[in-house]
Order: sequence, then structure tokens, then C-alpha cells
Amino acid sequence: MNREPVLKTEDLHVWFDLAGGRELHAVQGVSFELRPGERMGLVGESGCGKTTTILALMGLLPASASVAGRVYLNGEDVLAKGEETISPHRWRDVAMVFQGAMNAFNPVKTIGSQIAEPMELHGTASGRTARGQVRELLELVGISGERADRYPHEFSGGMRQRAAIALALACQPQVLLADEPTTALDVMVQAQILELLVRLTRDLGLSMILVTHDLPVVAQVCDRAAVMYAGEIVEMGEMATIYHDPRHPYTRMLFAATPDLLGDEEVLSIPGAPPRLDREIAGCPFTPRCDSAFAPCPTTHPRRLEVGPGHEALCHLNDHLVAERPA
Amino acid sequence: MSAAEREPLLEVEGLITRYPVPRGFVGAMARRPKETVHAVEGVSFTIAAGEMVALVGESGCGKTSTAQTVARMVENQGGVIRFRGREITQLSARSLRPLRREIQMIYQDPYESLDPRFTVRDTIEEPLLVHRIARGKVDRDAKVREALERAGLTPPELFIDRYPHELSGGQRQRVAIAASLVFDPKLLVADEPVSMLDVSVRAGILSLLDRLRKDGMGILMITHDLSTAAHFADRIAVMYLGRIVEEGPAREVVRNPQHPYTRALITVVPKRDPREQTTPQILTGETPNPVRVPPGCRFHPRCPIAEPRCSEVDPSLQRPREESTPDHRAACIITAPGPSADEVGPGGHGAT
Repeated sequence: MNREPVLKTEDLHVWFDLAGGRELHAVQGVSFELRPGERMGLVGESGCGKTTTILALMGLLPASASVAGRVYLNGEDVLAKGEETISPHRWRDVAMVFQGAMNAFNPVKTIGSQIAEPMELHGTASGRTARGQVRELLELVGISGERADRYPHEFSGGMRQRAAIALALACQPQVLLADEPTTALDVMVQAQILELLVRLTRDLGLSMILVTHDLPVVAQVCDRAAVMYAGEIVEMGEMATIYHDPRHPYTRMLFAATPDLLGDEEVLSIPGAPPRLDREIAGCPFTPRCDSAFAPCPTTHPRRLEVGPGHEALCHLNDHLVAERPA
Repeated sequence: MSAAEREPLLEVEGLITRYPVPRGFVGAMARRPKETVHAVEGVSFTIAAGEMVALVGESGCGKTSTAQTVARMVENQGGVIRFRGREITQLSARSLRPLRREIQMIYQDPYESLDPRFTVRDTIEEPLLVHRIARGKVDRDAKVREALERAGLTPPELFIDRYPHELSGGQRQRVAIAASLVFDPKLLVADEPVSMLDVSVRAGILSLLDRLRKDGMGILMITHDLSTAAHFADRIAVMYLGRIVEEGPAREVVRNPQHPYTRALITVVPKRDPREQTTPQILTGETPNPVRVPPGCRFHPRCPIAEPRCSEVDPSLQRPREESTPDHRAACIITAPGPSADEVGPGGHGAT
């Protein structure tokens, strides 16, 4: 996978305006690349900025948000002029499956007409052509094309989630952003949906960012993972590498907090809670919860360092220039 | 001493819980047949003091109905529930009252289960006032502090005067647990106690339950998460469409599953290590409607190893054919052949 990245972000920041003139710095300098056909997991706890990041990629943040940084889509900076440069790409090149999308269908319209809507809105197809494409799309996600005329309540949860994926694919995007696509589903239905997502990326060359709090789901589906904490990517690399050789204590502790079906190790919670993002944080934001914090951590923000091929981490432990570690 | 040798705290035998499906005014006028949701259809299990049993299954399998029936929140249509040796399904509302203290329930959503206008103290004190335990103010205060400490909210003064919105999800769930601990319950029924919480705090709540278990409490945990059950429960009972299809020591059930449904479930649970992923054995379709339960083995329409006779014989829980621990049982005529449920009852009682 040495091809040019289809999607690339550089130093992406998002701030939300709060009451009283305060600001919440939700995304703090996120940079990553996504190559054609690649599946990347964006993992972290609630409030870490993972959903905000992908909403920024879609240009769908509310008016109270300000965005800085660059987002390149096939080399073009789509954030350059805000809505003007991003809207031609939304749904046509980058599409999203929202969290809870399966429950967001309009109950009084057929599934088929709702999938045809973005096609007509973006002028990719209309009328009979659109109806034909809807059927093809439904078949692609494992729903009989004949069910296009059915209403959402006639679909089970798993089927509605497949339809939500079909809806995101309506304008033939290259990049699919999926926000917790299996969170409310039973494990067997989750397996069906994950298999579908893998098949779509493999057969169509679609690239995918899977946003989830569930590390094992990323381990099963994704090639790479980016672990987010307090608005930053604290570790990124091949999934197998960050599992077997985590270089940020948060990644290691997150794995240790996740029970594994056949594992024997004790499951350990991470003490404390993530920091508030409406005030400046001196030093590394994970310091108060970290089991390996040392002298520079509370005061100096760590540098992003390459710790192996395609593997980077944001932790003083990897930095030989920082004061030497205690025994 | 193994849990099986201890005196059972809770014994459930052949439990049946059904709900009528509303057919509406017109449905009744048209004399449409009355339909029933067969939520729990002959479930048997026991919990000893100091033992955690996990009921595992997908939505609609009957695990929550089983929990609610055990806590006597819904009526059962058949079967027996014995708590500390006493049959409790026939008790009147009045004689149930003392029992309500001994069996406590923890819910999934600590954002919903706490009253936002109540401080932590109010929340924990209220049941004491309702049940007229610990009269004087000093006495109540001591009880509240003790419960907070047992629930891991230490020091208590840091939490006692706070409101739910000032607490994290994990702390709220601890407050809910503290509120149930003031009665010194013997059995805790925990319905998905960590599924709303962030991964980083789940282990803390589960370790708290584990500590209560070690102190001698019996715990019935309802969960859809096999990995959590495998780590924290002593025993796992896997439910499918109102029945327990496999039951045994937690490790044994996940490492040596005998029922084809459990075997499929095990393969689809994502593992932490990307190199250890198994090929998921994905069952087609979704769990059928508990209104129309398939004849014979209720899993046979989705079962990868079903034979023609599976649509006729309703299997009971039996010891599997493969070498296994004595208290591991599965309801499958292929992997655990034995008399059918028609002969011995779905709980497998009467069979050796």
C-alpha cells in the first residue's frame, strides 16, 4: 500500500465556543493519512474527540465550532475555503454512517426513496436510474432489491444498519467514515455488519475510518489504529504492532482494561477521568492517570516521535532527549 | 469448597414467564387468536452464596425477563423460585417486602436510575426511610457512609453532598450500588451493569461486584458481553429464545463450548490480539420472534449442524459427549445426546 493517500489531515484543530467566552479545544492537532482500500480505527473514550474529528472531515460541525488545519482529499485542500471547497466532495467523495443512523430513517418514507434522496440532491442519478441504483446498492449490502419499497419499521435493526450503509454509499464515495456502526447491535449482527464493511473496502477499494470505543472490534477489522486521548492521537500504527508493542501507556492500559474472551490476565481499570478540554493543559494530559509518569510529564508536552516503521507515539518515555527516567 | 457444594442461595426450576401480545380493540373484535411472547420457557439454574452467575445472550433471548422474574418484578406463569430454601413465587406483596431488601437490583443506565434532584446522601438514605431501617439521623449517616465506602467511593465526604450531574458515569453506578448495599442484600441482580460505561472504568465496577461476591453475596449478572462474563463470572448460562442452551463453569463454556450456538458466538466475539482472530462463523438471520418459537430444538433453523430429527426433538440440558467437567451441560441432541425435554423437562432435571 504505497499509493498516495486518498485522505490526509495535517494539524487539524477544532474549538467549540462555550458560554462566557470560553472555548473547548476538542481536537488538538490531529494528523494522519488514509490510503486507498485501507481500514483505520479511531479509538478512544467518550469525549476524546474522535467523532468531532470525522465530523470536521465532513464539514458538518455546528456553527459554534471553528476549525483550523488542512484536510487533503486526493491532494486538494478541501478546508481551504470552508463550505465552498468541501461541499462538492461531501457524500460524493467522503460519506459518513452516523452513530445511531439505523434509527434515523424517516418512518413514513420507504427505505428506497430515502437512499435515492442524496442521488437526486447531488445530481448523480434520478428517476428510474436512481431506483435501479438503489436496488443494486441494497443487494450490495445484503438486502433483497425488492425490499426498496418497504418502510423502516419492516426492517430489523441489523437490516436498517445495512440500509444506512447503503445510504452512505449512494453517491459512490471513496472514503467511508463509520461512527460506532455496531455499538447498539447484538454480537452476531455486529459480526455480519463488520464482515460487510470489510467486504466493501476489499471489493470496491473503499477506504474506511471506523470510529469506536471497542479495541477488539478494531483488532478484528482494521489494518491500522489511531488511539485518541484528550483531543490528540497519542499512538498510531499497525494494529498488531500497537497491541504487541504499545509505546504509549494509555494504549497499554486501554488494552489491559478490555477483557479478552480467552485471556487470563486480570482486567484493570484506568484510575481517574479524562481532563476537561476547556482549559490549557500543561504537560501531558494523561499524566494524572498514567502508571509510568515521571519528572517531565506534568510540565512538558511530549513530542510526537516515530518509534518504528509507520508507528508513532506521543510520550516522553520514547524521547531520549528528555531527562533520564527513574529506575 | 466448590460453589456446587455450598448451600444454594437461589434455586430456579423450570421457570416460565410469558407476556400477552396486545391485539388491540379491533383485534379483539375480530376474535383474532391471543398471542404470547414466550420470554422464558423452562429455565433452571442455581446461585450459591459467594458465586457470580452470568446469563449471556442476544437481545430478546429472555435474560432480562429471567432477572426480573427472579427479583419478583414480573409474575411467572410456571416454575419455582426458592430463595434461601423458601419458595417465593407465591408470596403476597406484603410478605415480599422483607425479601425486597435481600434481593437488590442494579440497572444498566446510571444516568437514568438516579434522581437528578437528589444528592448522593438523599439517594442512599431514601430506601432506609422507606423501609424504616436505621431511625435516628446519626445512625442513617453512618449507614450511608458505610455503603459509600463499600462501593469504593472513598472518602465518603468527597461524594456525600454531590448531585448526579457532578459525578462521572462510573461514580454514578457506584452510587446506585451503594444505595442497594444499605440493606446488606444476599443476592444482587445486575442487569448490564457496565455496558453504558467507558471501557476504562468498567473493570472498576466489575471488580467491585467481584469483591462483594467474595464477601459472600450471590450475584446474577445479565450481560450480552461474553468476554466480561468469562473474566468475572464463576458460571455462565447461555440463553437462546427463552431457554438456557448451555451452562457450566465460565472458563469451560468459553474454551470448550458444546452447544452449536455457543460455538458460533465464541467465534464472532472480536479478540484483542489482531493475530488471534478466528474466522467468524456467522449465523444467517437474526434470533426469531419469541411469539412463534420453532418446534423441536429452537435453534435448529439457524444451526450449522442440524439434522432432520432436530426439528422434532426438544433437547434438555445434558452432559456433553466429549470429556468435560461434570457440571457442564448443553441442550443439543448431537453434541450432548440424552433424553429430550419432553421426558425430563427443559432444565434437564431427572437426567444423570
